[in-house]
Amino acid sequence: MRENEENKENNIILTTIGKIALFIVVAFSFFLFFAGHSNPGGGFIAGLMTAGALALVFLAFGGQVLKEAIPFDFKIVAAIGLVLGVGYGFIPMLFGDGFLTQYFAYYYLPVFGKTELTTALIFDLGVYLTVVGGALTVITTIGEDR
Amino acid sequence: MSLVLAVLAPFLLAPLIPVLNRYLKVHVGWPVALIPAGIFAYLSAQLPRLMNGEVVHIAYQWIPSLGIDFTVYLDGLSLLFAMLITGIGTLVVLYSIFYLDQRESMGNFYVYILLFMGAMLGVVTSNNLILLYIFWELTSLSSFLLIGFWFHRSESRYGAQKSMLITVLGGLAMLAGFVLLYMITGTFDIRETIAQASVIKGHDLYFPAMILILLGAFTKSAQVPFHIWLPNAMEAPTPVSAYLHSATMVKAGIFLIARMTPALGGTMEWFLIVSGVGIVTMVFSAMMAIRQTDLKALLAFGTVSQLGLIVTLLGFGTPASILGAMFHLLNHAAFKGSLFMVAGIIDHETGSRDIRRLRGLAKVMPITAAIAGIGSLAMAGIPPFNGFLSKEMFFVASLEAVTSTYVFAHPLAALYPIMAVVGSVFTFIYSMMLFHGVFFGPLTKDTDKKPHEAPVGLYAPALVLASISIIIGLYPKLVADTILGPVTEAILLEPMKIKITLWHGFNLPLAMSGAVIAFGSLLYWQFEKTRGVVNAITNNKVSACVSANACYDWTIATMIKGSKKLIDWQMTGYLRDYLVFILTFAIAIAGGTLFFKQGFEFNMVNMAPIALHEVILVGIIMAAALAVALAKSRLVAIIAMGVVGYAISLLYILFRAPDLALTQLIVETITLILFLAAFYHLPKGLVAETGKHTIKAINVVVSVLSGVLITVLAISAHNLKSFEPIASYFIENSYELAGGKNMVNVILVDFRGLDTMGEIVVVGIAAFSAYAMIKLRIKKIVKLKEAHLKEGGE
Repeated sequence: MRENEENKENNIILTTIGKIALFIVVAFSFFLFFAGHSNPGGGFIAGLMTAGALALVFLAFGGQVLKEAIPFDFKIVAAIGLVLGVGYGFIPMLFGDGFLTQYFAYYYLPVFGKTELTTALIFDLGVYLTVVGGALTVITTIGEDR
Repeated sequence: MSLVLAVLAPFLLAPLIPVLNRYLKVHVGWPVALIPAGIFAYLSAQLPRLMNGEVVHIAYQWIPSLGIDFTVYLDGLSLLFAMLITGIGTLVVLYSIFYLDQRESMGNFYVYILLFMGAMLGVVTSNNLILLYIFWELTSLSSFLLIGFWFHRSESRYGAQKSMLITVLGGLAMLAGFVLLYMITGTFDIRETIAQASVIKGHDLYFPAMILILLGAFTKSAQVPFHIWLPNAMEAPTPVSAYLHSATMVKAGIFLIARMTPALGGTMEWFLIVSGVGIVTMVFSAMMAIRQTDLKALLAFGTVSQLGLIVTLLGFGTPASILGAMFHLLNHAAFKGSLFMVAGIIDHETGSRDIRRLRGLAKVMPITAAIAGIGSLAMAGIPPFNGFLSKEMFFVASLEAVTSTYVFAHPLAALYPIMAVVGSVFTFIYSMMLFHGVFFGPLTKDTDKKPHEAPVGLYAPALVLASISIIIGLYPKLVADTILGPVTEAILLEPMKIKITLWHGFNLPLAMSGAVIAFGSLLYWQFEKTRGVVNAITNNKVSACVSANACYDWTIATMIKGSKKLIDWQMTGYLRDYLVFILTFAIAIAGGTLFFKQGFEFNMVNMAPIALHEVILVGIIMAAALAVALAKSRLVAIIAMGVVGYAISLLYILFRAPDLALTQLIVETITLILFLAAFYHLPKGLVAETGKHTIKAINVVVSVLSGVLITVLAISAHNLKSFEPIASYFIENSYELAGGKNMVNVILVDFRGLDTMGEIVVVGIAAFSAYAMIKLRIKKIVKLKEAHLKEGGE
């Protein structure tokens, strides 16, 4: 970790920009996640973008800071994502539909107006979590290995 | 429905066993025994229906598009086997309660037994060839687990592996045979296949299909030369040997031959191969049996020999011989099951299975001796036991093969009655070795334990089987109409009048039986000389050269050596070598197909005009790619790679694919970070290969060829429109069917959701493996590295 502390002093530009950029990138990735169904975006892209933002933290501040800021085990995040993505597939089978059938419907919600709710979002959340967890597991393990 | 439950019950209840084993006060074998007992009771209740010529047939669709259905079918043949499986299963489980120490892993043992039982029930009740195949392989698998139950012994592991390799190999051949049958008939349904028997027998594929299916049957039923796995399988606990390797699993092959007889039988090839292999197996193994000194090995060769007898009878294919085969199958299960239990009792109570050390046990183990006597005499074919009846049928059938009215009159057929007698003489001798040799004479003082009578729980199941041997022998009518009637009808497809009597006058078969007893007694009297002759025949230089065991061992050793060589050559540890392998293969396959099918097509008609900025962008990509290859330092190479990636995402934007562009951009960024993290671990300095020029030349050739291949593929794919592209379907339906306006994303999560699921599984696996490889490295390597670093530091 000593090396990272040295880096911190050397990379004043990276740390300064990183602090601000982090929130913008993460916020944008959330937008991408929800926009996905009808606009460019989706779980995969959003997941990669979140992973990119967190990787920025890792580069600028080191693994210790990332661990304190995001107190999740990324392996478990990836595992939850997989369970969600693969496990969702079985639910439609309970209703006699094929594996991984997606449903959608339109609802009128108070603030949002006509809103489409789709089960694809659950599946997409699985994709998102797997990508975030997977990418960061790899980056942090390789990065921390000394 | 209830039949399906009965077949699946062992599978469904197996998960409970480990739980019961932990929390139950009594031995877990007791509740386990209820399962086969219950199924046996259910099956017995079906008997009256089957005697009236009815069958039970239940079908569920499984993979209808491939003709694979879950159909169970209960006719006389299935019922006979199913009752053997569950009836003997009950007795064996009861026996095992007293045989196995409760400190052994009982949970595992009974789960394996139930797995086997369910698989075996599945084999005999399946009405779909693929379903049958699946259950068939499951029996091989459970047999592997049971033979290797005492896996700390290397003999057990060797025996388990041998049985698995040989039976699974046969199973695969059988599957290929089934596929050939499907190509002839267009169905996997066994009933429908049988209905097309005449079509099958006239087809060019008949012979290969028959050979392949028979391979499956012969390996499973341990016919020469595939018999070698059965003696090694005796490493299993004795209840397993009694159950799987004498009464049930080894008869799966016989079941298959019987089941396939209406579809494949009745031809010259079938007759010659099936009965030929059977009779050779019968004589050869009976001779081998008298060379053995281990009780279980003797019984194993005896089993192989008896299986050969049944196969011979099936090969003859006449109504009388089929009846004899099925009758002997039933009898053999009874007497051989009891004999195996006797062998287990002797092992258990004296600590030895070596027949040279066992003498005069009748004095201390009278009940066991009585059971062994009944079993041995039945096996030897001595009246009034059941073995006599079916052996007489065997002689009748072998004589039938010689008569000129027989359909397959063949000059060699005269050998059958002679070989039948020879085989039976040896059977008589090893039966006597087992009974007279072990139980008579002065009491042995050479065993590890002081011999004493077994507890009632051990000999009771054997006693039941021995009583069945006597009862069937004295009152064959009991099984004639009830069980054998429906069985023969199932194989011959027409009802048959069955008449079995102990006494049928002075005739040639009776004379043959008399000759067997006379010669057998004579040769047993001069046992040492007999064994000397047999040793000279079976154990010399010639037989060592053609020994199936040597063949097997050589094949395994050579395969291990060969695969090691192959791996040493291919798994170099260098990514660049792997890439060369993969790419070369891809070029050969895809390029070869393209070349030989003349798939290359090039015309400019459908091309959009190429704009200047596109040319410039592609130029940048090409220059950057070249820079990657020529760069002197890693960092430069990585940056050049980034240029390629970002330029491609620019192309995506130009061609209006925002999703692709976004993904490409972020992937490029994340990869860059990953590369930087990984570079930390690489040696500092130059990346330039210092390798040989030949390696570089190969790399250049492979990379140029891959580039050419991709270009040609892309151009051809654009020009060749052999079918309507699916794109318009997505355009029309992504809003209608999936409620999404972003087509790319709808494809990802909905239309092709399964692909995405597969991809995230890959992402997960990659992440977990990277973690495992780095974090869970073997400590020794880390230590070695530390020591190395220390040295470098000093």
